[in-house]
Amino acid sequence: MAGAATQASLESAPRIMRLVAECSRSRARAGELWLPHGTVATPVFMPVGTQATMKGITTEQLDALGCRICLGNTYHLGLRPGPELIQKANGLHGFMNWPHNLLTDSGGFQMVSLVSLSEVTEEGVRFRSPYDGNETLLSPEKSVQIQNALDSSYSPVSAFQAAGNTGSDIIMQLDDVVSSTVTGPRVEEAMYRSIRWLDRCIAAHQRPDKQNLFAIIQGGLDADLRATCLEEMTKRDVPGFAIGGLSGGESKSQFWRMVALSTSRLPKDKPRYLMGVGYATDLVVCVALGCDMFDCVFPTRTARFGSALVPTGNLQLRKKVFEKDFGPIDPECTCPTCQKHSRAFLHALLHSDNTAALHHLTVHNIAYQLQLMSAVRTSIVEKRFPDFVRDFMGAMYGDPTLCPTWATDALASVGITLG
Amino acid sequence: MVCWQSVSVWSVAGRVEMTVSKFMAIQKALQPDWFQCLSDGEVSCKEATSIKRVRKSVDRSLLFLDNCLRLQEESEVLQKSVIIGVIEGGDVMEERLRSARETAKRPVGGFLLDGFQGNPTTLEARLRLLSSVTAELPEDKPRLISGVSRPDEVLECIERGVDLFESFFPYQVTERGCALTFSFDYQPNPEETLLQQNGTQEEIKCMDQIKKIETTGCNQEITSFEINLKEKKYQEDFNPLVRGCSCYCCKNHTRAYIHHLLVTNELLAGVLLMMHNFEHYFGFFHYIREALKSDKLAQLKELIHRQAS
Repeated sequence: MAGAATQASLESAPRIMRLVAECSRSRARAGELWLPHGTVATPVFMPVGTQATMKGITTEQLDALGCRICLGNTYHLGLRPGPELIQKANGLHGFMNWPHNLLTDSGGFQMVSLVSLSEVTEEGVRFRSPYDGNETLLSPEKSVQIQNALDSSYSPVSAFQAAGNTGSDIIMQLDDVVSSTVTGPRVEEAMYRSIRWLDRCIAAHQRPDKQNLFAIIQGGLDADLRATCLEEMTKRDVPGFAIGGLSGGESKSQFWRMVALSTSRLPKDKPRYLMGVGYATDLVVCVALGCDMFDCVFPTRTARFGSALVPTGNLQLRKKVFEKDFGPIDPECTCPTCQKHSRAFLHALLHSDNTAALHHLTVHNIAYQLQLMSAVRTSIVEKRFPDFVRDFMGAMYGDPTLCPTWATDALASVGITLG
Repeated sequence: MVCWQSVSVWSVAGRVEMTVSKFMAIQKALQPDWFQCLSDGEVSCKEATSIKRVRKSVDRSLLFLDNCLRLQEESEVLQKSVIIGVIEGGDVMEERLRSARETAKRPVGGFLLDGFQGNPTTLEARLRLLSSVTAELPEDKPRLISGVSRPDEVLECIERGVDLFESFFPYQVTERGCALTFSFDYQPNPEETLLQQNGTQEEIKCMDQIKKIETTGCNQEITSFEINLKEKKYQEDFNPLVRGCSCYCCKNHTRAYIHHLLVTNELLAGVLLMMHNFEHYFGFFHYIREALKSDKLAQLKELIHRQAS
C-alpha cells in the first residue's frame, strides 16, 4: 500500500477550530469547535455513550448539563442495531434523538479491549462477535462506511439529495492499536499501518463536507516512532488529530512525555483530541500540555460503582460514614443531584435494590467533568490558568506540592510550577 | 409470622419483630400523611386456613388497631397523620363482615382491604366477598385495596366500592420490557377508532399464545394490555410506543430505539418505559373518573374487557 498522501487529502480540509485564548506560560488553549450540530467550547470533555445511550440518563438530561458533544462507538453500533437500521432511523442523531454533536470512534480501540476476539492483518481487523459468533472484518473502508452510514442523508444512490441530518460530526480513522504495554516490532508495524489506514480512510470518506475525519497518532511509548507518525500524518490535511495508543497500562511518566511530544508537533490551528483521558488531574495537566478534547468512560463507570467525583477526589457513597451526612455531594455543584439530594439519601439508595442512585451519580459525575472543563476554559480566557492549576492541585492533594511527581514534572515542562 | 404482640417480617437485616410500639415509633419518624395500620394478614399467604385462624387474624388486627390509635392519641407529632384501618377475614364471609363492622367503629381515616391479592381467578372468586365488605363501610371514607392493579381487576373493584389502588402493574410491565398500549378512550372519534382497531387487530393476530417471561426471579405473564418491545418486529418500528401519548418517551423516542436499548441491556430502557407506563396507567385512571362522572363506566368496562386476554 502506498504511503504517500493523495492529492485529494492535501486539499484544504475544513478549519473547524477557532482559538479564543492561549496561556502565555503553558500550551493551554481555549477555543471553539465549529461543527455541523453546533459550536463546542474547548477544552471539552466528551461523555461516552457507547451504544447510542448515555448509561441510564436521557438526552434531555444530558443537554441540560450543558453537554454539546458525546461519543458513540462504531464497533458496537455496527453490530447492534447495525448501520442500515440507523440510516432508516434518520441517522445516529435521529435514532437516539440527540440534537448536538456526535463523535464516533472507529472501533480501533476494541482491538485492544477485545483482543481475544480479534485478529489484525493489513486488510483490517477480523472480529468474532461475542453475540452470535459471526465474524466481521473491520477494514478502514468498512469503518468509514459505517460511520458515513450513521448519517441519514447519505446513501450511494441518493448522493444528490439535499443534506438533511449530517450524521456523526466527527469520525475517527481506523487505526492499528496496540496496548501501550506492548514493546518490540509490533509497535512499529502498527504505527506504519495506521498511516496507511489513514490514507485508505481518507480515500473512502464520502462525506468530507459533513463529517470531519480525524487522524490518530500512534507510535506507542517510543519517541522516535511517535515523531515519525506525527511527521507523516501531519502531511495529511485532516480537520483534526487525535493522540492515541495511550491511557492504557503505561506509567504516567511515559504517558505525559508522549502527550507533550505529540502536541509539540501538531498544528496549532487544529484540535488535539487526547483519547481515553480521564481523571481530573490528567485532564488539567493535559490541557496545560496543549490538548483540547478528551473522552473517558471513567466518570460514568465509576458512578455505577457508587463513587461521586468531587474537587478533593471522590466519595465512596456506599460507605457507612455517609449514612447520616445530609449535605449534597458537593455544595458548589449546580447539577440536579446536588440541588435535590443528600449524601445520606444516595447512600440509602445505594443499599436498596433499585438503580436510582446510579442515575443520580451519573448525572453528577458528568456535571463534575463538564464544570471542571468550563472552569479550566474560563481561567485560560481570563489569563490565570497557572493559578487555576495551583488551586486545583491544592484542593485535590491538600497542597500543590503534594501533587504526584509525574504531574509536577509535566507542568514544569510547560512552565507551570506548583511550589 | 404473627402473634398477639407482633408481626415478624424478614428483611435484608434479618428478622424484624414489629411490635405496636416499634411500628408506631417508625411512623413518628416518617411522619406520613396516611399510614396503613399493623395487621395480621398471614391468612392470605396460606393455602388452607381454619376458621379459628381466620377469627384470630380479625381479633389481632383489631387489637393492633386499638393499640395504634391509643399511641397516636398520645403523640403530638402524629396528630396530622391518618390511620388506615385494615380489614381482614380471609375467605370467610362472617369474619369479613365482622372485621368491616368493627373496624368501621374506630376513628380511622380510611380502610384497606387486605387479602384480595392473587391472580385474576382468585379475585373473581372473591368479588362477592368484596361487595359485602364495602357495603358495611361508611360512604365518606376512602377504601384502598392491596394487590390489585391490572386494568380489568381495577374496574371490577371500583364497581364494588374501592377508591385507591397500588400501581405495581405498570412497574411489572416495565420490568419485563413491555409497554402498556391498551386503549381506554371509550369515546374516541370515529377515525381514531378505526386506526386503533386496525392496530389492535395486528397485535391480537400476533399474540397466539401468552408467553411466560422470567423477570427478577418471578414468572410473570405478559398480558394483552401491553406489547413486548423485545420482539424482533419492533426492530424497525419507528412509531412511538402509543400514538398520541404525551409522555417523554413517546414525544422523543421510537419503538425501534426502545427495542435496541432492551437488546443491548441498557439502563435507559427501563427509565423510558417506566415514564410511559405510568403516564398511560394514570391516563386510564383519568378516564375512569370521567366515565364515573358521566355514568359511562359500562362502556369503559366493555372496552377494557374486549382487550383482556
